[in-house]
Amino acid sequence: MKSLAKLGSADGAGKFGKYGGQYVPETLMEPLKTLADAYRRFSRDPSFKKELANWLEQYAGRPTPLYFAGRLTDDARGAKIYLKREDLLHGGAHKINNTLGQALLAKKMGKPRIIAETGAGQHGVATAMACAALGLAAEIYMGSEDMERQRLNVYRMKMLGAKVHPVDSGSKTLKDAINEALRDWVTNVENTYCLLGSVVGPHPYPTMVRDFQSVIGREAHRQILKQEGRLPRSVVACVGGGSNSIGIFHAFLNDPDVDLYGVEAGGHDMSPGKHAAPLVAGREGVLHGMMTYVLQNAEGQIETTESISAGLDYPAVGPEHSYLMSVGRTKYVTQTDKDALQAFNRLSQLEGIMPALEPAHAISYATKLAKTLEKDDSIIVNLSGRGDKDVDTIAKQFPQ
Amino acid sequence: MQNNSRSDDPIEKKFRELGNRAEGVIVAYLMGHDPDPKAFVADAESLIEGGADILEVGIPFSDPVADGPVIQAAGTRALFAGATPRKIIDTIGELSSQYTTPFVILTYYNPILAMGIDQFMKNASDNGVNGVVVPDLPMEEGDRFRDTALKHNIDSILLAAPNTSEKRLAGILEKSRGFVYLVSLYGVTGPRDTLSPQALETVKKVKSLAKGVIPISAGFGISQPQHVSSLLRAGADGAIVGSALVRTVAEHLDDPREAPHYLKKTITALKQASKQPGC
Repeated sequence: MKSLAKLGSADGAGKFGKYGGQYVPETLMEPLKTLADAYRRFSRDPSFKKELANWLEQYAGRPTPLYFAGRLTDDARGAKIYLKREDLLHGGAHKINNTLGQALLAKKMGKPRIIAETGAGQHGVATAMACAALGLAAEIYMGSEDMERQRLNVYRMKMLGAKVHPVDSGSKTLKDAINEALRDWVTNVENTYCLLGSVVGPHPYPTMVRDFQSVIGREAHRQILKQEGRLPRSVVACVGGGSNSIGIFHAFLNDPDVDLYGVEAGGHDMSPGKHAAPLVAGREGVLHGMMTYVLQNAEGQIETTESISAGLDYPAVGPEHSYLMSVGRTKYVTQTDKDALQAFNRLSQLEGIMPALEPAHAISYATKLAKTLEKDDSIIVNLSGRGDKDVDTIAKQFPQ
Repeated sequence: MQNNSRSDDPIEKKFRELGNRAEGVIVAYLMGHDPDPKAFVADAESLIEGGADILEVGIPFSDPVADGPVIQAAGTRALFAGATPRKIIDTIGELSSQYTTPFVILTYYNPILAMGIDQFMKNASDNGVNGVVVPDLPMEEGDRFRDTALKHNIDSILLAAPNTSEKRLAGILEKSRGFVYLVSLYGVTGPRDTLSPQALETVKKVKSLAKGVIPISAGFGISQPQHVSSLLRAGADGAIVGSALVRTVAEHLDDPREAPHYLKKTITALKQASKQPGC
């Protein structure tokens, strides 16, 4: 129980145990310090907090409901399944919690130009929205392969006034978009704010994004106590970079009787290059400024990944997840593309809710977990986004 | 080991020797095994014979965030040709047995971690490597790395940037070995036509803080002989040329046997400029 007291915070150097840190080119060291200082100052400033709370409530649509999925529960024949409805937020995903927080910070710091990376396009859209609302210029880096499979979100970003830069290097997906955003930042560091979309990258991003997303867990904690009269047995969330999961886990870290499960993308199968599960199948390494679990070959080259959900298609994971796993507080599992598609159908038809393919992985695992628990136990699943963006992908899997 | 200088350090010796005759050090970079091991060896030899004072060899990494398109493409070619850290270090071993030129490895942290820091340094040391530059390993994260390098007589060369604060610079100047790699601009690697005024200011600032304790070499964006002479006049002890050479390799992929001729021509002109910085 002693180790749990330390959970939930990075040390001064941005380390969670040995994970995290700042493994970046020298040019970024001073800007990261400036950012960490600014974040520390504003995160304690009551007027900043109040302003952000207003944006979250009146613009993004917080609080989101905690919905008891009765028909899904009946179908799964086990513990009660509750859904934290982040899919109902403006933009259709939890991403807006973070982009509003960081865009507001960028504005306070006097940075007029915002750059961001995006995989599925949800973070890009949420960045474009926050920047439009706050009067900031947004430029989004997106892998050209992701642009192809998430075309709808490319249109949305452009309509919201953002510039979208295709990234043709490497695997042309999220990891390469992050590389390109970091290269842009190194070049234009004086007027540019780099708005990372997950709990990844160098310190202070993993802490800062976690703080902005932890509103999810704070609400869910309060809601389940009100609705169930007691804490859930488990909390389940999908893990790509890991922002929606850390966001919902955080409020439960010091409730040792609540099991926390992160669900990684099992992709096609667990052979190298066919999945995106660094915590389940990777090794410690350094990528994108952080020490964490990474999918890599014997020589330390980063592996390509595969997942039906672009938002989970990433070879590394936020360092706090690596830490929480290392101390045994969280457990990580995988669900395959096929599992996610089945869960998508099941939730759509039983509850009239089309989940994004990312949280469909979490839904899939939760229905299996529910069977192993008592009927009066409850499970909270973070339904981190809605599935509209995935309709094309899913239609291809299920021809008429 | 409090003092920066080791009298027998080949890199420091090179700077000292050339400095004594008012000559700058030319550090020439190539990506290891680009486009293949055999062509790389011929290219490296042409640079050494053309006057490169130190040869810096890249070990490719799949995700090189500090590099622009020219070196990214070189890394992709090398990986495609089957390059691994072990194989490139072995090739350096072959070169270092024939030439007295000091050798420096430039790579990212993850390939080193994958081999194990101690194993990496041992292999490097056994093969005549004298220094290592890791662009994504800043001073704060590198204590164990530097201790291990020191144990194997390898210089851990730190980078400084135009926006590095004086406080951090003091630490970098104290902890770096061999020389300090000065990133002379905001941006990634890549040849530029002109040298920014900022590059010269940065050289002057860092040089005045270094107080002659450790040499300063400027890199990023350097492609012309006049860039070299301007940097040396501003106070740099050396200049690092990378993308301009790698671009030459890339221009001769149809017949890599032609590249050494052009590389030699380029490095000879740059070396010439390093001998006459005063005019």
